[in-house]
Amino acid sequence: MSDVVERTLSVLPGLLGQHDPGVGPGGGGGPGRVSATSRLGSLIRSITALTSKHEEEKLIQQELTSLKATVSAPTTTLRLMKECMVRLIYCEMLGYESSFGYIHAIKLAQQGNLLEKRVGYLAVSLFLHENHELLLLLVNTVVKDLQSTNLVEVCMALTIVSQIFPREMIPAVLPLIEDKLQHSKEIIRRKAVQALYKFYLIAPNQVQHIHDKFRKALCDRDAGVMAASLHIYLQMIKENSSGYKDLTGSFVTILKQVVGGKLPIDFNYHSVPAPWLQIQLLRILGLLGKDDPRTSELMYDVLDESLRRAEINHNITYGLKALTYVIQQDPNLALQHQMTIIECLDHPDPIIKRETLELLYRITNGQNVIVIVQKMLDYLKESKEEYAIISLVGKIAELAEKYAPDNEWFIQTMNAVFSVGGDVVHPDIPNNFLRLLAEGFDDRKEDDQLRMYAVQSYLALLEEEDALYPQKFLQVMSWVLGEYSSLVTDVDPEIILTKLHSLLKKTVITSETKMWIMAAVTKIASHASCSKTVDKLIQEFSNSLDTCMRQYAFELKHLCEDKALMRSLLPFDGSCNDMVVDASLSFLDGFVAEGLGRGAAPYKPHHQRQEEKLSQEKALNFEPYGLSFVSSVSSSGVTGRQSPTGLSFGSDTSGNSAETGHKETNTLKLEGVRRLWGKEGYLPKKENKVGKENEPQTVSCGSLLAGQMGDPPALRSDQVANLSEEDKEKQQLASTLFIGLGSNAGVSLMGKADTATQKFKRKSKINETQSSEEASDFQNSAASDFGPLLDTVPINMEDCEGNVRTRLRKASLCSSDIVEDNLAFETPQSLKKSGLDDRLPDSRLSQSSLFADSNIEIFQPSQNAHCESASKTPLVPCLSEELEELTHSEVVELCQSDALALYLCKVWTDDSLLLIVFVSNKTTSALNAVNLVFEEAEHFQILESTTYQFPVIEAQNVERCQKRVWMDKICTQGILSGCINYQSEMETRLEFSITLSLVDFIRPMEMTTEEFGKLWLSLSNDVKQNIKMSSSQDSLSAALSTLQQKLKLHIVDIIGNEGILACQLLPSVPCLLHCRTHSGMLALWFRSPCSALPDGLLYQCQKVMEES
Amino acid sequence: MRFMLLFSRQGKLRLQKWYLATADKDKKKMVRELMQVVLARKPKMCSFLEWRDLKVVYKRYASLYFCCAIEGQDNELITLELIHRYVELLDKYFGSVCELDIIFNFEKAYFILDEFVMGGEIQDTSKKSVLKAIEQADLLQEVREGPPMNPLVGPKLPYGPLIAL
Repeated sequence: MSDVVERTLSVLPGLLGQHDPGVGPGGGGGPGRVSATSRLGSLIRSITALTSKHEEEKLIQQELTSLKATVSAPTTTLRLMKECMVRLIYCEMLGYESSFGYIHAIKLAQQGNLLEKRVGYLAVSLFLHENHELLLLLVNTVVKDLQSTNLVEVCMALTIVSQIFPREMIPAVLPLIEDKLQHSKEIIRRKAVQALYKFYLIAPNQVQHIHDKFRKALCDRDAGVMAASLHIYLQMIKENSSGYKDLTGSFVTILKQVVGGKLPIDFNYHSVPAPWLQIQLLRILGLLGKDDPRTSELMYDVLDESLRRAEINHNITYGLKALTYVIQQDPNLALQHQMTIIECLDHPDPIIKRETLELLYRITNGQNVIVIVQKMLDYLKESKEEYAIISLVGKIAELAEKYAPDNEWFIQTMNAVFSVGGDVVHPDIPNNFLRLLAEGFDDRKEDDQLRMYAVQSYLALLEEEDALYPQKFLQVMSWVLGEYSSLVTDVDPEIILTKLHSLLKKTVITSETKMWIMAAVTKIASHASCSKTVDKLIQEFSNSLDTCMRQYAFELKHLCEDKALMRSLLPFDGSCNDMVVDASLSFLDGFVAEGLGRGAAPYKPHHQRQEEKLSQEKALNFEPYGLSFVSSVSSSGVTGRQSPTGLSFGSDTSGNSAETGHKETNTLKLEGVRRLWGKEGYLPKKENKVGKENEPQTVSCGSLLAGQMGDPPALRSDQVANLSEEDKEKQQLASTLFIGLGSNAGVSLMGKADTATQKFKRKSKINETQSSEEASDFQNSAASDFGPLLDTVPINMEDCEGNVRTRLRKASLCSSDIVEDNLAFETPQSLKKSGLDDRLPDSRLSQSSLFADSNIEIFQPSQNAHCESASKTPLVPCLSEELEELTHSEVVELCQSDALALYLCKVWTDDSLLLIVFVSNKTTSALNAVNLVFEEAEHFQILESTTYQFPVIEAQNVERCQKRVWMDKICTQGILSGCINYQSEMETRLEFSITLSLVDFIRPMEMTTEEFGKLWLSLSNDVKQNIKMSSSQDSLSAALSTLQQKLKLHIVDIIGNEGILACQLLPSVPCLLHCRTHSGMLALWFRSPCSALPDGLLYQCQKVMEES
Repeated sequence: MRFMLLFSRQGKLRLQKWYLATADKDKKKMVRELMQVVLARKPKMCSFLEWRDLKVVYKRYASLYFCCAIEGQDNELITLELIHRYVELLDKYFGSVCELDIIFNFEKAYFILDEFVMGGEIQDTSKKSVLKAIEQADLLQEVREGPPMNPLVGPKLPYGPLIAL
């Protein structure tokens, strides 16, 4: 505080002096106070004096005109030019364009003396952006300044380089900047590191060779240089943490020094030693220690120290945020702050409210869900910001599915979600909701009640004539009415049809929604006998201008003529039935052949037509449309018009939505996973806590809260007596909000209580850690089985059958081999297992599975028992015959334990990278329910499902599974990690990781020279680089064949000293390469619709050329 | 950091620095929108905003708002301190800085910012070395342009110093 007083005192004379115009403020009047009599000064003053925007515009235009004349006059001195630049910057800041001055800014940077140059560079950095063409003119100036002996000039050049520099010109300055890393002045070294950081961000492969020098910078004697290098390290470690584990010790040492106050005192910020540096280091350590207990161990001491020394900040939001994260660790903490949380809920600042809701979302359970969701809905009604609505609506839907206390509430809440969320809701929400209705639960009666309630509530909503509902909501309504309205027997279908008919006539209804409604009408008509409304509808739309509507009307007409056919086509509750669809449309082959025979043009896919059209137009296309057609292909199934046909909803639409759905839930779930310090690090603490609190908590909820507050009872009652009316209300709210968070809560958050109360739960938290998202379909059914399992086994047998059925239906979304596994999921082994677990003394089933690692320690012997007689001869897997024919890698070992060994073989098929994982059982007994789970990886996408289950692996046997992988985000190399867990007496888990390289996903792309030319013109992202050819491949053809062999590039043509090659990144992102040899160098020129691909490939090319 | 803005209570932009190439049109739109959002907030409200896909950290000093947009994983608290450190630097350089100093000498404010934050990442947290670098570059200028003068003709009180108390 004292320094605040000090500052005030130092400011005072300045304040006093201000009334005296001649004298600069005492103590102030630093070097910066520059003449206000300048032209800029008068410009600013005259603008301030103006009253209207219009006048300002006039004045600035005048100013710009005069500036334009001045800057282009040949007599203008550089000094005057400098002043003009400052004024131009000012005009630009006010929002007026002054592009005529850009070239002069560059000239000023080029020709001016130091001061003029400085303004010139500043103007350039403010006027231009990275891709501006004028920037090329600056390159020479930068090169010259980098070589200058004047420190200030070098600094300026480095600053501009780190701000804007054309990517393709990096090679021109790179060697110069590298040299600066050894400069004697620390400021130069620091700026050089920072400039290289910038290069690393925009073109990582260009700085690949200087990684050693970064290490030097990290050990620089100047703290500033070291701090600058941390930016690069943070970025690199983010991308590949395993590559830098050896540096953990260094980072820890640095942090120790920082925290211990060993840095120069001027790095302190308000007596905290270098907080920015600390944060940076903590982030790095966090990444390095993630999921790696051994590395983490190195850090504990210093982390502890940092925590102790950190000052506690009282900024309320941050506190809340912190609490939000902490609560994932221990929900009881929320209880201690409940009054604060309640106050935040009524805070006038919407941001704080939102954070509070975020917190409440995390402590929701079956008992407080109604209150919390109500609070969220209240907020939603006030909120207008789209981002907030989308995220909140998603959360409400999730909570409703998980914790709904009854059907009525669930449907009402979902109604609110759909009507408030409108058309911005994530498409998963309606899809999941409908799937939930369609797939139902184990109890047929319960399902029908839910469906009936939904139908009734929608009918009531449609009763209101003028009400306007969002399109998505109407689509949901029409689907439900179409499927299930016949469950409601007391409503005449004619009435429903009339309602749907009147909807169709409204102008606000989009044509997509109309399709949904038509599908509903068709379905209802199939159950009803002839209907007047249907006839009217057919008549009306048979000559509709909308072709789809017309088609529907005709279909309906023909179907109505043959009711029997209609009924078999649209069976009741058939949305989940499997549908065999001939996706290749082979039945049309004859028709096509006939057409071709008659001379029709062969079919060209959409993107090909588009490309041809573009290359014909000869226009430059700056849009990377290669990406857009990829995404349009994948999304067409969801949004396409075919979705509401009523026939295919269960097959392709939900199939697609399932895929996207998993992505979504994945991000949500990750937040719920507690693993901040590694599993062992946190667990013991937690167990103790729960154990301790379990004892006194036999009290009811109200007093339980009081107990949790940690206050002595006497004090508490005093407080209660003094409570005002308002406070009492808050207390009451608190007791409804925080109910269930006491002793049970520990359990409930970990999943146990969830299972008991969750009627709508789809994704079980229990299984979260052992197997990942994609498996959720069959896991759900497993999770919901736990209830009956505990009671009696016989019931379960029946249940089992039911589940097999539902799972079969669900499995239709996955590949067929998974169906088999699902069938075998409930083997006696797993039955026994869950039974066993529940008989554990503290019956914390969820814990035991959540923290599987710690259990290994406890139950170690049982595992060994299995492996006693494990054979020493390795079971060597081999590929099947048809795979053997494809190009593939060696079979390598991934990991092994006493019982299992994992091997991997990569097969490069035409349409994906096929990972074949072999699991060999080394024990003498069969292993049941072996789960293989891949973690969601940033760069890769596993097609179909990320999990695989081997129902049983016989003793001394090898089983294999295969996964198709694509690269989602381009990187030169990335890691796909996963784990395998299996049941012996208990859970055992084995982790592994697979390194995948960009080359794994590159396939040759065959085309003619002509096609190459067309495509080349249409691509906009290009990268050029010269690389040296080694003596072994001095000819162009030798070099190209190296590329062909190593990188799977397709050689399109070779003419003289030039060659063209083409390849594609799976699934279909093309990349073209033009090569030319000249004097021992190979000039590579890449083009692709995707900007990162050329960079990645260039790096690979360099690598293989160096290797060969 | 994505960008930094300085604007007055009246919604006049005083300084803008973009660390990610953004089209002019979008820049204008974002500046306008963000200014509206920030200016509409009451003094007691917190300094952080979730805006579009960004986090916005802002702080008001006298009549001037300092506003940084950062990405999801960045730390908002440390960004708030970054703003404060920048204001401290300005204060030290100008000697009890006020909005007018920044209006009339915005290029200096840019130079200081460039010395402090480079390419969107904080460059030097040592106050001394930032100012040393600026002064080094300034040195020649002052000699050539004569002694500094107070830019103000009228009283500067309505703007007030950025850091008082």
